[in-house]
Amino acid sequence: MPMQAQDVRWVKEPRLSLMDRLYLPSVVDGILTTGKHLVKTLRGGEFTQQFPEVEPKLPSHYRGVHRLNRDEQGRVKCVACYLCSTACPAHCIDIVAAPSPWPDREKYPEMFVLDELRCIYCGMCEEACPVDAIELTTLYDLTGLSRQEMLFDKEKLLSVYDQTTQAGTDPARTHRGQLGPASEKAADVRLPNPQ
Amino acid sequence: MAIFSHPMFIAFVVSVLVIAAIPGICSYLIFAERKIAAWVQDRIGPNRVGPWGLFQPIADGLKFLFKEQVVPNHVNKVIYFLAPAIAVLTTLLAFAVVPFGSTNTQNPEEFQWMIAPGVDIGILFIFAVGSLAVYAIILGGWASNNKYSFLGALRSSAQVISYEIPLGMSILGVVLLTGSLNLERIIEHQAQGFFHWNVWYQPMAFLIFWLAALAETNRLPFDLPECEQELIGGFHTEYSAMKFGMFFLGEYTHMITVSFLLSILFLGGWHFPGLTTLGPNTAGSVALKFIVLFGKMSLFILLIMMIRWTLPRFRFDQLMGLAWKVLIPLALVNLVAAMFVKHYDASPWWLTLVNVGLFFVPAWWASGPIGSMRRPVREVGVGAAARV
Repeated sequence: MPMQAQDVRWVKEPRLSLMDRLYLPSVVDGILTTGKHLVKTLRGGEFTQQFPEVEPKLPSHYRGVHRLNRDEQGRVKCVACYLCSTACPAHCIDIVAAPSPWPDREKYPEMFVLDELRCIYCGMCEEACPVDAIELTTLYDLTGLSRQEMLFDKEKLLSVYDQTTQAGTDPARTHRGQLGPASEKAADVRLPNPQ
Repeated sequence: MAIFSHPMFIAFVVSVLVIAAIPGICSYLIFAERKIAAWVQDRIGPNRVGPWGLFQPIADGLKFLFKEQVVPNHVNKVIYFLAPAIAVLTTLLAFAVVPFGSTNTQNPEEFQWMIAPGVDIGILFIFAVGSLAVYAIILGGWASNNKYSFLGALRSSAQVISYEIPLGMSILGVVLLTGSLNLERIIEHQAQGFFHWNVWYQPMAFLIFWLAALAETNRLPFDLPECEQELIGGFHTEYSAMKFGMFFLGEYTHMITVSFLLSILFLGGWHFPGLTTLGPNTAGSVALKFIVLFGKMSLFILLIMMIRWTLPRFRFDQLMGLAWKVLIPLALVNLVAAMFVKHYDASPWWLTLVNVGLFFVPAWWASGPIGSMRRPVREVGVGAAARV
């Protein structure tokens, strides 16, 4: 559609002063700015992180590899309610429930397989979980040699819990509402102080 | 042995040395450029190969040599292979008459630090051969049979041909005052003292030459032939491996030549007050002259690299406007002023006055009534909404 004449508004360009019109002062000003950055970097003000040698400090709400939490008795906290696999937009969680061998819950996951390659790391599983059983940790450098290896089963996910708890990199809880009875006790993981 | 002191033999040895040294210097210039780019952007830059990344250029060179040569099916093979060769050849040829160290026209027996000493058309030769470099770009863009390459080549031809005029005209004033096209004589004319450097008499010509040279070497802010955002890679889109490397080599050699020319034509070449003077050379003064000239050249290269990260790229009409509406008239006025000074044997300081005037008066004029133009903008509000 061609532009209509009444849509065209004529404006005057702002008038440049003599100093602007000389251009050279502005160019020198610009070179001084770049030079300032150059000197600053040479004095060690660079933002670059030397990655393989220096591990990045990730915020505790970073969404990396998943873990399955244990309760205070070391049992898997999951109650096999399927809320996480229902919430999952990538359909990467596969749960087989079985009657719980413990008296405080009805079900427990006989099998819990999470495909780390399918996962999009959106964190909706941990938001959906009523008992804070599944969480995303700050482990970011996940690699594997086969697709089979990247299917994390219950044992593997629990070992991620042990590993991150030992390393002191527990993730921040994203969900702190009314939790189910299986999680009452373990809800004392403190959010990190915002300061 | 007579053969070893024969000028042909000496020229042969020197040219072999220069041709051997220039790719090395160029690859380290690319390294320097990457480092400076990184520092300006608060990064570290290449630092993995060797201490502080110093072996990075060697790794890059090896990569260029051993990479697969991808030759697209649709290219014009002869011209496609010819273009990178022309790019390197012309820039190296232009270097033949550029002094890169001590020269002495009073004592031609002495070793002259250039490939072809005593060429009386020196500067003319550089421009004649240097303007051939645009052939590499045009042929490369044409032979690639790719619309982006071709657009880059077209832009380049328009740009280089336009900027050749202010480039040549800005140095005519220098040539007139010296009375010679020979670069050694131009240096010696300035070597009489610090205030004989041409930059004091013709600062505007110096600026014009520098701007035009930036455009000639396709450096930012005038790198329209290869502007990545619009043309992928420009004229070298279809080139890979060492053929691309040769275009790169040509560009950086051109940059070295231009930086040498800037220091030779306007900053006194190897002359520096108190350090290096005219007259018979000793081994020490030869070394000093080399260091001085190299220092000046490096300073210009550093500035060219800093300008790259300071100024954004010109729009094409701005680029042409700058050449035809600003640089050429200014260079012309400077040339006429130089003619007057030469004809009436006036003090060259009159030229300084004219040059300072040339710097301020057009800017003052442009900041007056002609400086603010009416331009259309699209009405976002009333009219557009009313029609719907």
